[in-house]
Amino acid sequence: MATLTLTGLRKSFGETHVLHGIDLSLADGEMLVIVGASGCGKSTLLRLVAGLETPTAGSIRIDEREVTNVDPSQRDIAMVFQNYALYPHMSVFDNMAYGLRIRGLSREEITRRVNDTAGLLGLEALLARKPRQLSGGQRQRVAMGRAIVREPKLFLFDEPLSNLDAKLRVQMRAEIRRLQRRLGVTSLFVTHDQVEAMTLGDRLLVLNQGHAAQLATPMEIFEKPADTYVAGFIGAPAMNFCGATLVDEGRAARLDLGPVIAFTDGQRPGEEGQTIIVGIRPEHVLQGGGLDVIVELAEPLGSETVIHGRLSDGTPLLLRAPGGPPREEKLAVSFPPAHLHVFDQGSGKRLDPIRG
Amino acid sequence: MNRQTDWTAHVVLGLGVLLFAFPVWLVFAASTQSTEAISRGEISLIPDFSRLGIYAEVLRHGAGHQSATPVWRMLGISFAMAICIAVGKIIISFLSAYAIAFFRFPFRMIAFWTIFLTLMLPVEVRIIPTYAVMANFGLINTFTGLTVPLIASATATLLFRQVFLTIPDELMEAARMDGAGPWRFLKDILVPVSATNIAALFVILFVYGWNQYLWPLLVAADPKLEPIVIGIVKMIGSEAETEWNRVMATAVLALLPPVAVVVLMQRWFVSGLTEGEK
Repeated sequence: MATLTLTGLRKSFGETHVLHGIDLSLADGEMLVIVGASGCGKSTLLRLVAGLETPTAGSIRIDEREVTNVDPSQRDIAMVFQNYALYPHMSVFDNMAYGLRIRGLSREEITRRVNDTAGLLGLEALLARKPRQLSGGQRQRVAMGRAIVREPKLFLFDEPLSNLDAKLRVQMRAEIRRLQRRLGVTSLFVTHDQVEAMTLGDRLLVLNQGHAAQLATPMEIFEKPADTYVAGFIGAPAMNFCGATLVDEGRAARLDLGPVIAFTDGQRPGEEGQTIIVGIRPEHVLQGGGLDVIVELAEPLGSETVIHGRLSDGTPLLLRAPGGPPREEKLAVSFPPAHLHVFDQGSGKRLDPIRG
Repeated sequence: MNRQTDWTAHVVLGLGVLLFAFPVWLVFAASTQSTEAISRGEISLIPDFSRLGIYAEVLRHGAGHQSATPVWRMLGISFAMAICIAVGKIIISFLSAYAIAFFRFPFRMIAFWTIFLTLMLPVEVRIIPTYAVMANFGLINTFTGLTVPLIASATATLLFRQVFLTIPDELMEAARMDGAGPWRFLKDILVPVSATNIAALFVILFVYGWNQYLWPLLVAADPKLEPIVIGIVKMIGSEAETEWNRVMATAVLALLPPVAVVVLMQRWFVSGLTEGEK
């Protein structure tokens, strides 16, 4: 049970700047997911919190206690690693008990805690086994157990699900979420998988090349992405982008293809004729309308079909259509104004309607 | 597989075994025959089992004359020397490899390359300066002088370093988060994880230590410190005086401890050199 506060956290390896000042604060019991493409600095951020790396600048506080330069063992944090990092020569019981033994807990206390945790995770029957005798999912559970049994202030997860097969991943994802809620331990979860991020987090931090691109709840990020990077990263299949210009005093966008779409949610700031980017999610593209799409590929998923196509100027367009693949090679589509996302062309930042 | 290739393989294999085993068999057969027969060059390939008592005889009385060192004593010296060298080498090189592989400190790579460079200086090359150092310390004709100079080992350090590099960083990080300091990590994680490699290296180094000849010859002039390898050579005097059956019996006895070590540790030896459990 703890809060975590990061202030102006920077990390450079020589000339390479990995993190450019991250500010973040986690409420007690909150699960925050850090998501981003590989190399965005998300693992580094986690390792800074763990104490496995030292920040170049900035501070880390756990429960208002300054821990920036405190040894990992003194931070009362537990971490689940991507490759689990179980001690190969120890039984499941010993793997879980190791941290407690170092802390000098009594034998009875250790046995009680390990058994309780094993019960929680369904590991009772496996306590005597060695890690190599376990399946991937079981190893994952042991790694979780090793973290839980310590009863730490903070859980850190470093892509713990990426070594599992797809089915198990979905299962473990739900289980991690249930456990975290039940135990109420403040958690940081790093992943590159946006579905994992959406489903697990109370809030998401989207990292883009060492900068915090957006920090908000999953639905807020999905509905109002702060810039084109976040818009393209969150949501699958990814959002479509078209070049356009701002017309009618910011009340409408003229697509480079010709059609003018009037905004339904209000006027955008900006000059007449300013170049903008219009984004629309594949599930919001409507069939029927004034835009022609040449179908290049149709991926039937059973309940729906993902269509990869191109607009007449060559811009790629994805759309989700119910049912099986279309027979036609050409589709007519339209972009419903209510679902348009508007971004500035230069900065990539979202342009929200002017209030009032 | 057809029969033809099967036969060829077996013939080649048989020849190979014969090539290695025949000299050993010859030594054993000769040890049970009379000195005169051996001197005449009439060694029978069939051992005379009624004369196996020669083994007990050399163990107790060595070369046979009054001042001869008994073979059991030489075996004891050799055994103690080989154990000290093997264990010492493992401890020293394990610790230095641990420092090089897991810690970041200034001049780490210089230290590594300095150790690496000593690979190019075998014992024979540095034997005179080593002798001078030992003489200055007054360690000539002592057990310490016999073993300590042979303990430093670049090969074992490099081998352990390679083993440690295959251990994922996360294992050390997990141990750190569990609260294990460097010594605890070494004792609780690193040693057990590299146990098979330690065992394999022990076998190799034991045999290396057992077979040392040049250094003991220089530094252990005292017959009380004579290892078996030196002892055998000293038993061979002029052609007329040498009791060849005793020499042969001693040679067979000298073979047994290394063979025992290899056989007993064979399981770990093989897995340690091939894969290891990671």
